[in-house]
Amino acid sequence: MKPAKRPIIDMQHITKVFPGIVANDDISLSLMEGEIHALLGENGAGKSTLMSVLFGLYTPEGGQIKKYDDVIQIKDPNDANRYGIGMVHQHFKLVEVFTVLDNILLGAEPMENALFIDRKKAKEDIVALSNRYKLKIDVDAKIEDISVGMQQRVEILKMLYRKNNILIFDEPTAVLTPQEIEELMKILNDLKNEGKSILFISHKLNEIMAISDRVTVLRKGKAVGTFITKETTPKALSTLMVGRDITFEVAKTPVTIGDAQLELSHLSYISPRTKKALLNDVSFSVRSGEIVGIAGIEGNGQSELAYLIAGLLHPSDGHIHLKGQDISHRSVRYRNDAGLAHIPEDRHKYGLILDDPLFSNLSMKKYHKEPFQKNGILNKKASLELAESLIHSFDVRSGQGIYSLTRSLSGGNQQKAIIAREIDTNSDVMLAVQLTRGLDVGAIEYIHQHMLRQREEGKAILMISLELDEIMKLSDRILVMYNGQIVAELKPKQTTKEEIGLYMAGGHPS
Amino acid sequence: MKKEGLTGSLIAISIGLVFGLVIMVIANPFQAIPGFFTMIGGWLIHPDFLRRVGDLFYIAGPLIMTGLSVGFAFKTGLFNIGATGQYTMGMFAGIYVGVYGDFFGPTQWIFAFLAAIVFGALWGLIPGLLKAYFNIHEVIASIMLNYIAMYTVNMWVQTNPTLFNVQFAKTVTIDANAYLPTTFLRDIFARSGIDIGILLAIGFSLLMYFVLEKTTFGYELKSVGSNRFASKYAGIKENRSLILSMTIAGALAGIGGALYFLSRGSINSGNQYPVANELMSAGFDGIAVALLAQSNPVATIFSALFISFIQRGGFFMQTLGIKIEIIDVIVAAIIYSSAMSMLAKDKLTSFLKKWRTKA
Repeated sequence: MKPAKRPIIDMQHITKVFPGIVANDDISLSLMEGEIHALLGENGAGKSTLMSVLFGLYTPEGGQIKKYDDVIQIKDPNDANRYGIGMVHQHFKLVEVFTVLDNILLGAEPMENALFIDRKKAKEDIVALSNRYKLKIDVDAKIEDISVGMQQRVEILKMLYRKNNILIFDEPTAVLTPQEIEELMKILNDLKNEGKSILFISHKLNEIMAISDRVTVLRKGKAVGTFITKETTPKALSTLMVGRDITFEVAKTPVTIGDAQLELSHLSYISPRTKKALLNDVSFSVRSGEIVGIAGIEGNGQSELAYLIAGLLHPSDGHIHLKGQDISHRSVRYRNDAGLAHIPEDRHKYGLILDDPLFSNLSMKKYHKEPFQKNGILNKKASLELAESLIHSFDVRSGQGIYSLTRSLSGGNQQKAIIAREIDTNSDVMLAVQLTRGLDVGAIEYIHQHMLRQREEGKAILMISLELDEIMKLSDRILVMYNGQIVAELKPKQTTKEEIGLYMAGGHPS
Repeated sequence: MKKEGLTGSLIAISIGLVFGLVIMVIANPFQAIPGFFTMIGGWLIHPDFLRRVGDLFYIAGPLIMTGLSVGFAFKTGLFNIGATGQYTMGMFAGIYVGVYGDFFGPTQWIFAFLAAIVFGALWGLIPGLLKAYFNIHEVIASIMLNYIAMYTVNMWVQTNPTLFNVQFAKTVTIDANAYLPTTFLRDIFARSGIDIGILLAIGFSLLMYFVLEKTTFGYELKSVGSNRFASKYAGIKENRSLILSMTIAGALAGIGGALYFLSRGSINSGNQYPVANELMSAGFDGIAVALLAQSNPVATIFSALFISFIQRGGFFMQTLGIKIEIIDVIVAAIIYSSAMSMLAKDKLTSFLKKWRTKA
C-alpha cells in the first residue's frame, strides 16, 4: 500500500440548502491521493448531496473546493470530468439498449475523422483497460442483457476511460449480491493500488471497516468527524452516525406459538412467458407469534412466492389458506381485508404512489373503509388524522409533514411509512419482503424492533430477505429457497451462516 | 387550480397573444393592430353584443366537454387524443335519434343526448379495453379510432338517403324536439345559438371535479393513473379503473358532439352535420383547453370560454379583410403556444416568484 501523501481534493465549509432542509451544513472533507475514503451516514445525512456537489450536480450556497492548491469551480459534470472526477451513481446511468462499448464511449467518442467514431481503437482501449484492472466485461453485450455486477463494472470503466483519478462510488454495494460485493472490494483495492483516490459512500459498517483507509461520519447534514479506520470500531462509528447507542443484538422474548395463520400447500407457479417453473411444490405454514424467515439468493422464486401470497400473481397449482380460508384465487383487496399485510419488495413500484402526498399513501389500504369514506365520498379529515398519528408514532420524517410529496422522503422514511401503514391495518398475517433493503443502521434497528413487537402481539410474520444477518437475527424458523423450492428448514440457534449459505447455493452439507 | 397555477396560465395566454400579434404583423402589417384588438375583445363591442355573447356560450359548451374529456383522462394517467372520434360518434348518435326518434315526442332531445353519451362512451371503451388487455398504447389506438369514426360516420350518412341531404352534402335537419331546451337563455341572448348546453357543460365540470376530488371512485382512477402497480397492490382493480377512465372520457367527448349538434344553432352551425373527409377540430381543441386548465375540471370552463372567445374574435377579424386562413393560423398559434407555455409553467411560476421577491 502506498502511503497517503497530500490531499488531492479539499472540500471546505460546503453548505447546501434545499427548501426546508440544510442538506450540507459547513462540511469539510479532504481526500488524500491514493486513499479510500469512506463517507458514512444515515439516509438523509447528506452524503449523496455532498458528492453531488463535488460532481457538479448541485451548486453549493457556501464553501469552496480545492484540487491540490487551486480553488476549482465545478458547475456541471463536464467540469468535474475535466478535473478528473468520476462518479458511479447508486442507480446506474446507462443506456439499456446500447452495447457496453457504446455506453462507455458515450460523451467521449474517439473520432476517426469528422464524421465517424473510431470504434476499433475504442474497443482495443477498453479491452486493455478491463484487462489491466481485471474488470470482466462483455464489450458487445447490450446493457439490458448483463448482470447488475457487470453494469457496475461498465460504470467503473466509463470513469477509467475518461482518465478520471478521483472516483466517487455512491452506495455501490446496495444492488449487489454477496459474491459481487466481494469482487467489488477487490476491484476497489486494485484501483487504489493503481494510485486512484476513492470516495466510498456507504452505511454498511462492515464494508467500511474492510475497505477504507479513513472514514468521515455525517449526521443530519453535519460532519461529525474523520477517523483512521484502523483506529476506530464499528460500534463507535455507529454511535456517531446515529447519535445514540445502537444495539446490534435484539432481545427476543419467548412468545407462545399459536395456530397456523398462513398455510401454503403444494404451491407452484409457471411463468406464462418462459413456461419455466419459478415455484415448485412449495408447502409450509406460518403460525401466530412466529417469524418465519426465507433465505435465498435473489431470483430463486422468493419474489414470485410473495406475489402469489399477496394476490399479485395467481398460482398454477396448489393452495394458499389465510386463517383457514382458501384465498388462492381471491382478489388482492379480499386478501388485504381478510387479514394480510404486505410490505412489498419494491417500495417505489408497489409500495407507494410517489407523486401523491404522504397522507394519501398512509391511507392507501384503508380508503375504502369507514370512516375514510362514506357512501363513496372520501373523508379527507379522517385520512389526515390517521396520517398525523402514524408519522408521529412511527417517526416518519419529511419536509412538510403529511403533505410532503412522498417522492421527497428519504428511502428510510419511505419504508417507515409503508411499515406504519401495514402495521396499522392490524392484520394477523404480515408478509415482509426485503424489509430493510438499502436502509441505514438506525432505521434497520427501528424496523426490526417493530417486527419483534408484532411477533409479541401474536402476528404471524413471513419475512423474505436477502440479508442473512437479518434472517438469523429475527427468525424463529428459517426456510431456504433454491431454484423455486424449499430445500431446508433450520433453527437459527442450531445453524450457522455457512450452513445456510451452502443450501442457498444448492448444496447439501454432508 | 392554485393561485400560482392561475398566474402561470395567464402568463401563458399573454405569451400566446403576443405570438399571435407577431404573426399578424408579418402577415398583414396595416390591419394587424386593429385586427388584434378585434380578436381580443373588440368583436364584442357591437349592437349585437348579447347575441354574440350567447353564441360564445354556445360554442364554448362542446369545447368544455372535449376539454373535460382530455383533462379527465390526463388526471387518470391517460392521454385521450381520441376525443375527436368520440365527439364524432356522439354527434352521429345524437343526430340519428334527432332525425328518426320523433316518436319520443318532447323528450326526443333527452334520448338523443343519451344516445350521444352511449356512443361516445363506446368509442372510449375500445382503446380502454385494448390498453387493459393487450397493452396497446391509448394514443395509437385512439388516433386510429378518430379516422375510423369519421369514415364510418360519413359512410353511414352518405349511404342513407333519408339521413343525407345530397344537395348540401349535410345531414338533414334534426327534429325541433331534438333541440336542447333554450328556456330563459334565449330571452336574454336573443337570436343567439345559446341553449342549456352551456349549463349542462358547467354542470358536468362541477360533477367531474366532485368525482375526481371527493369520491373513492375518483381516488382509485387517479391512483391507477399515478402508479398502476401500487394501485393493484392496494387492492384496486387497475384494469377496471383504466377501462372506466377511457369510457368516461369517451362519454364526455360524446356529450360535446351532442351539445354542438342538438341545437337550433345560429352561426351557420348546429342541427346538421356537414359531411367532409376531415377530422373535426373539437377534440384537438380539447387538448389545448385541458392543458391550459391544467386538467382541473372547474378551470376547464374558463379555459374553454377563453379559447372560444379567441376563435370567435378571429372569425370577426374577417370584416377587416384579413383572410380566414390567416385567422386560423393565428388562433392555432395562440392555442398552441398557450398550451406549450403551460408545459413550461413550473419555470414561469418560479421565475415569477423570484421576480416578486426581488421587487
